[in-house]
Amino acid sequence: MEILVILVPLALMLGGAGLVAFLWSLRSGQYDDLDGAAWRAIADDEPPQEAPVKR
Amino acid sequence: MHVTRDFSHYVRSAGEGIKHIDLAVEGVHCAGCMAKIERGLSVIPDVTLARVNLTDRRVALEWKAGTLDPSRFIDRLEELGYKAYPFETESAEVAEVAESRFLLRCLGVAAFATMNVMMLSIPVWSGNVSDMLPEQRDFFHWLSALIALPAAAYAGQPFFRSAWRALSNKTTNMDVPISIGVILALGMSVVETIHHAEHAYFDAAIMLLTFLLVGRFLDQNMRRRTRAVAGNLAALKAETAARFVGPDEISQVPVAAINPGDVVLLRPGERCAVDGTVIEGRSEIDQSLITGETLYVTAEQGTPVYAGSMNISGTLRVRVSAASEATLLAEITRLLDNALQARSRYMRLSDRASRLYAPVVHATALITILGWVIAGASWHDAIVTGVAVLIITCPCALGLAIPTVQTVASGAMFKSGVLLNSGDAIERLAEADHVIFDKTGTLTLPDLEVMNAADIPADIFELAGRLALSSHHPVAAAVAQAAGARSPIVGAVEEAGQGVRAVADGIEIRLGRPSFCGAEALVGGATLDPEASVVAFSKGAEKFILSVRQGLRPDAQAVIAALKARGIGIEILSGDREPAVKAAAHALSIPEWRAGVTPADKIARIEELKRRGARVLMVGDGMNDAPSLAAAHVSMSPISAAHLSQATADLVFLGRPLAPVVAAIDSARKALHLMRQNLWLAIGYNVLAVPVAISGVVTPLIAAAAMSGSSILVMLNSLRARSASREIV
Repeated sequence: MEILVILVPLALMLGGAGLVAFLWSLRSGQYDDLDGAAWRAIADDEPPQEAPVKR
Repeated sequence: MHVTRDFSHYVRSAGEGIKHIDLAVEGVHCAGCMAKIERGLSVIPDVTLARVNLTDRRVALEWKAGTLDPSRFIDRLEELGYKAYPFETESAEVAEVAESRFLLRCLGVAAFATMNVMMLSIPVWSGNVSDMLPEQRDFFHWLSALIALPAAAYAGQPFFRSAWRALSNKTTNMDVPISIGVILALGMSVVETIHHAEHAYFDAAIMLLTFLLVGRFLDQNMRRRTRAVAGNLAALKAETAARFVGPDEISQVPVAAINPGDVVLLRPGERCAVDGTVIEGRSEIDQSLITGETLYVTAEQGTPVYAGSMNISGTLRVRVSAASEATLLAEITRLLDNALQARSRYMRLSDRASRLYAPVVHATALITILGWVIAGASWHDAIVTGVAVLIITCPCALGLAIPTVQTVASGAMFKSGVLLNSGDAIERLAEADHVIFDKTGTLTLPDLEVMNAADIPADIFELAGRLALSSHHPVAAAVAQAAGARSPIVGAVEEAGQGVRAVADGIEIRLGRPSFCGAEALVGGATLDPEASVVAFSKGAEKFILSVRQGLRPDAQAVIAALKARGIGIEILSGDREPAVKAAAHALSIPEWRAGVTPADKIARIEELKRRGARVLMVGDGMNDAPSLAAAHVSMSPISAAHLSQATADLVFLGRPLAPVVAAIDSARKALHLMRQNLWLAIGYNVLAVPVAISGVVTPLIAAAAMSGSSILVMLNSLRARSASREIV
């Protein structure tokens, strides 16, 4: 059971890291526009340029 | 005269050399719009940020301070096909956003703590039936305490604060039993852990907070969303005024930037945005939004004008007596204050439930403790059982029962064109059994329509429409719109207060007063609608008259029939003249109507109905309706309503049809039904779980399973509010 000495702090650290990540995402405004964010994920990065059609 | 647009009121500085403005944009619906707008604005040189918020329908823009004029953005958006208006965040909305973020932070803390405590609890639960050493169990309990205690202290703040406020006001609310339950559960668990006991309830306490915070956050988010929409509506109304900045130079500025004493110009066809006195000019003004009276009033030097009046014929210079916030008639303000006070006495369903719930729960816990002591158990065991009762009865599902339904139902209403202004509006709307309609602007459309277009030859009507394009007069605008005219006639001359004339194909054409067109004879002969405005059109010797008036909303008749079918009483209370109201009532077959009613009379009528036990839904738009909107049990306004009425109404509906009124009532009734059902589900769960708790066999595992089970059941049931029926008749 000595493994607990490693596993328990590790588990707590992972949980803490998750919480910090959540608070950071909240602070950086990632929950301000949930509708928009849903669409941005699938939007193209660059506008479809009117490039000459190659054949 | 030189006119400039001045947006400096809305621009703020965002760091070194960077300026920031928020615009509310009409018509942003999809990802396509979002990309189009962002790209379209980013190509303007010096723009550093253009970001659309699809939830709030806004664009945030930042650019390098310098030559770029913010009005350029608005023009650019116009080119792209969107109407945009500068936007100023109200302080109420700022507070809602901050509260919403705080709740989300609490929810995050509670949720992460719950996950980690659960991770420690499951080994303990399984270890209890296998081979876990007591030392290991104690160690895991202490670890749970280490996580749960600080997390509960932080995430419980919304409940503890609200409970404390209620207790110091000597009342009770749902948060009092929640706070007591959580604190007792945590306290008892610490004591038990110190005494090396088998059961600790850290997981139950923190999980309870998580579920309740979900409900709280949903509730808050709904309010935040309505605030944002209301803020946009205010911006889209674009309340600006033309202020004189020099003797002959005017600047189009937002109303918020106007001060008493300023002089503003009011052109024909413009709606006045301020209260003031006419200092120069002569015109007719339409005060129907203020008084409900559709006859025009003559305005000349010394006449007071109020915000919301429409200028019809001439140009006026107005000295501002009170701007934006203070633009009210004293009488209306006074009535409004009284009425609002009366309404705040309404007690929400959740508060009523908790007022019954808390004493029962606490009494049960006390009886359990005493019962076990009398039955011969030790005080320690009896208290542990009593606390278990409190934990199991903690209103977890009860806290979710109402907010989840409200969130889902408000989303469904939003889709059918109804916005909620207040959180408890759904409950009150569901109870409504008597509807009072205002006439002008509510049953009728706010804009004018040509009633006898069919009687006039199509080519003549089209010509009249094209001529009408050259006039600012609202009646002319209605003619132009009805004729679908696009290209104005070149060389048309407007004669103030008379009409427009032009020469087309060598023949003189005129549109305006019957006397201007030489068509008085026709007016005398025709039997016309008493409330219609008459305008004449002449082409050479041919004369025609057009009857222009506010038409009924297209589906008004169907809506009235649908309301009747639902057993709801209907009546019209209008400030307009009797013939006009009578005609509308007759057309809609509403037997009960009153005309020429003052704001005080309207309130008196509502009070009378209240005394008879009716729950009144008031639907109105005018400033004269604002006090009665506040006095009624629940109220609705069309989007075209006066600013004040819209702020007072519980619900606002969009668009030309009246159908949202019925749709909203249906959704609300369904939602209330589901709320009651949810409350019964929550109570049913308690009835099953409490005997188990009293008997003293509850383990932390049972508490956790029962709590999450009932919460999920209630949430799933709430989702049924989404499928609110869209059929009306």
